[in-house]
Amino acid sequence: MKRRLITIAMILICFLLEGSVFHQLAFARIKPNLLIIVTSSFGFMRGKKEGMFVGVVSGLMADLFWGSTLGFNMLLYTVIGYVNGTFQRMFYDDDIKLPIMLIGSSGLVYGLATYACIYMLRGDFAFFTYLINIIFPELVYTILITLILYQVILHINKKLEAEEQRSASKFV
Amino acid sequence: MKTKNKSSFSSKYWLIIITVVCVILLGIERFTDGGGPLRFIAGYTVIPMQKGISYVGRFMSDLTDNFETMEDMKKANKKLQTKIDELTIDNTRLRQEQYELERLRELYKLDENYSDYEKIGAHVIMNNGSNWYTDFTIDKGSKDGVQVNSNVLAGSGLVGIVTEVGPNYARVRSVIDDASNVSAMMLSTSDTCMVRGDLELMADGRLYFEKLANNDNEIEPGEQVVTSHVSSRFLQGLFIGYVSDIKVDPNNLTRSGYITPAVDFSKLQEVLVITTTKQDMLADDEESSEGE
Repeated sequence: MKRRLITIAMILICFLLEGSVFHQLAFARIKPNLLIIVTSSFGFMRGKKEGMFVGVVSGLMADLFWGSTLGFNMLLYTVIGYVNGTFQRMFYDDDIKLPIMLIGSSGLVYGLATYACIYMLRGDFAFFTYLINIIFPELVYTILITLILYQVILHINKKLEAEEQRSASKFV
Repeated sequence: MKTKNKSSFSSKYWLIIITVVCVILLGIERFTDGGGPLRFIAGYTVIPMQKGISYVGRFMSDLTDNFETMEDMKKANKKLQTKIDELTIDNTRLRQEQYELERLRELYKLDENYSDYEKIGAHVIMNNGSNWYTDFTIDKGSKDGVQVNSNVLAGSGLVGIVTEVGPNYARVRSVIDDASNVSAMMLSTSDTCMVRGDLELMADGRLYFEKLANNDNEIEPGEQVVTSHVSSRFLQGLFIGYVSDIKVDPNNLTRSGYITPAVDFSKLQEVLVITTTKQDMLADDEESSEGE
């Protein structure tokens, strides 16, 4: 229960920050994607189910306040959380390469899917302009922010896990 | 091993359920205006938090503004003073013309006045977090008289149009958004054109205009562009920006080019919402003409 509340609080904080603070910190109007970082890292840290749960919540928020149609971001984030969850077995705390790779590719998939489902279907085929002007800069900025935000998420997760183990051993 | 299998089966099961729900939601969106109860709940939970954060942000930026040096202030003051002088001269001249205009309008029995629409002020409390849209949320909603298709201004220029209204918030799509289309006209010649937002131009904050008739009317860079009289959603005469570049299209029938907007979209904090929409005005006109 405590874990659920903390997870939701983290999603909410990232969501609020992205709409306010990171708008001011944007480089050439490009903002990092914090929700992808949270969804992806909960996926490979905690497994498929937790990744999906975080994905549903973040996607719902993005759809309600930023998107145009309800359900699109929800589906995208859920799938990203699930796929990241399959990498749980390869994940070790002290290795930063895998998280960066996974978060990076999640960001790329998010950008490509958004382009394909919204802009390409509208008849806008300037793919490379979008790739160079939006998808890649967003990717680089997201990875840059990952280096900081990931440490915070990792730390919180470790604390929670230690606490859960303590309370579990109490009952045995 | 057995429990492992069970849990992986159930997570797959969940994925399928969520996917189906999302697809259904995407389908439903076509037939309803979407969101409904979810948007209502979100409006009462997340929006207050957003208001809090934006209040803190405004407080901080006010605080940093206080540290501006005296020299800067003096410089700005001097500049503004000369501007006031210029504007005063302009204003007296314009007022004279205004009297003349009113007199002539009376003669023509034209009583429409486009200049004083009813406006309310609002704070921007959240910007769009994704890089694909340029819209923002303001802290006034249907309780304050904001409607869908209300026009939004900042300073003197057009910012955008309200696309979604909740009881205490409203979402505004700015004119530089990729999906935005505004019917506009050149101020001096009244030739109409379409002003389009473009994701590529978003980074330099420019707008694209097209379908301007290639006639004898000369348009120079610096020409003012305002919303046109034929638009169904935008009120007439709202200032959009200045023409920065213009060229004749290969078909030789139309002209297109770029507009520098009057508003700086990257640093929007306060906006003005016009509570009367164009539809209201059109409906009023129809009623009065039926009554006659």
